[in-house]
Amino acid sequence: MSVNFLIHRAKEIQAVIDANAGEIEKLDQEIGDGDHIFNVQRGIKLVIELEAVIKDMPMSKALNQIAMKVLSGIGGSSGALFGTLFMTMAKGNDIDNGVDFKKAIEIFADGVEAVKQRGKADVGEKTMMDVLIPVSNCLKKGVEDNKDVKEILKEAIEVAEKGMFSTKDLLATKGRASFLGERAKGHIDPGARSSQLMIKTVCESVLNS
Amino acid sequence: MKKFMNSADDFLKESLQGFGAAHQDIVNCHYDPNFITRATPTKEGKVALISGGGSGHEPMHGGLVGYGMLDAACPGFVFSSPTPDQMLAAAEKVDSGAGVLFIVKNYSGDVMNFQMAAEMMQGPNESVLTNDDVAVEDSSFTTGRRGVAATVVVEKIVGSLAEHGGSLQECKALGDKVNKNSGSMGVAFSSCTVPAAGKPNFDIGDDEMEFGVGIHGEPGRRRDKMKSAQEITNELLEAINEDLKSEANEEILLFVNGMGGTPLTELYLIYDNAKNMLDKKNIKISRSLVGNYCTSLEMQGASITLTKLDEELLKHWDSSVHTAAMRWGV
Repeated sequence: MSVNFLIHRAKEIQAVIDANAGEIEKLDQEIGDGDHIFNVQRGIKLVIELEAVIKDMPMSKALNQIAMKVLSGIGGSSGALFGTLFMTMAKGNDIDNGVDFKKAIEIFADGVEAVKQRGKADVGEKTMMDVLIPVSNCLKKGVEDNKDVKEILKEAIEVAEKGMFSTKDLLATKGRASFLGERAKGHIDPGARSSQLMIKTVCESVLNS
Repeated sequence: MKKFMNSADDFLKESLQGFGAAHQDIVNCHYDPNFITRATPTKEGKVALISGGGSGHEPMHGGLVGYGMLDAACPGFVFSSPTPDQMLAAAEKVDSGAGVLFIVKNYSGDVMNFQMAAEMMQGPNESVLTNDDVAVEDSSFTTGRRGVAATVVVEKIVGSLAEHGGSLQECKALGDKVNKNSGSMGVAFSSCTVPAAGKPNFDIGDDEMEFGVGIHGEPGRRRDKMKSAQEITNELLEAINEDLKSEANEEILLFVNGMGGTPLTELYLIYDNAKNMLDKKNIKISRSLVGNYCTSLEMQGASITLTKLDEELLKHWDSSVHTAAMRWGV
């Protein structure tokens, strides 16, 4: 994984999120306050705009730049949570000397754990953690079991989708949807949908490379 | 969507510029990152009070910066929490050595961003979390109650203590006390439109109201058919009192707050109806506040806040204040 890899994935994610923007916005208007899609789109745009600044930087510095940009540029919960994700990934051990698949999974999993702490949300609370935690676990397990990279990534795509759909019948206990009580049931969490799309985009891109 | 705006991207910036220019005797607006400070620097040794939150609730919080209240406010995008860089820049500007007290409304985004700012900050700091909205359940299994209009009361009362030499710990304790002794609940007749979204946050029928609505148009307890003002007021007060448990002969502040799209005529009518009900219960209205203080863009609706007042709270409520939105005793 190189800085160039990050920038290219960000561009692909931008295309996928834009293509699904209407759906995500509608999900958020049903159980949130309708701003999630704008936050996500703004965040991705800011990361892509960093290209010239970060392209020659060592990985740790580039990730830190992304973290600060996302943190200050998005605002809201998304900014704090994604900022925490990248800030933690930037602290990964020895990442400036190359990040292979195993290392990438390791720092991603550390990042997801930090996001879990920041948002105090676990699986089953109708948030993006219903996608990120199972995906992180699936990737870690795949690496531990020495599975083929392609097999791991295909599995991660399925796990992400399953996690996203699982939010539909959950009661929300975190974030603004929690104020809805029973009324939140029957709606997929917009954050789970956007993060599932991001995971899918990155995994498919690696699969097809 | 009909709004006075030139572009969604410049909406906040232009509004802040106007605010700063209109009240240049009271505030200074700073940009990139955005924050508002008093026009005169915080005096040495005074605890600095910093609040913030999504924009769209004006005059909260920028309009509450000034003598006797806040030292700085950090406005986020409309209905989106401010970010740690704003809090850090504001803190650097107004911390005069006695520490910083953050006043934060209980929403996930605000809590997380202020928490990150507190972690990154060097100097001593504390936070008061407001959660006065009785419409939603408070339990350890939920995000908990929302911070709404009582935040204005917290900022007024703690602002006075800070102005009169209260320490960081004393200011925090008083903020927690005001919050604990306050309860609010709101009702909305119409939705509101976030400029960047361009369409209403929720749909509501002509004959419907959202009972227990949040200040971003979040759903409340239930969707009801419209009722008379007296019935609505009674129900709001009952819900608040169930939580606050005001008793006969107790002194309270009655705060009728407009959400942005309801005229003062109606807010005073609500005040009258609330007074009827409180008089019957022999609850003594010692202080009053009526107006648009904690708004939700152009939402039609209102909230009622009751704060139990003891001698300490009364003294700090009455002390002089000079901000864009609240001004007395000066």
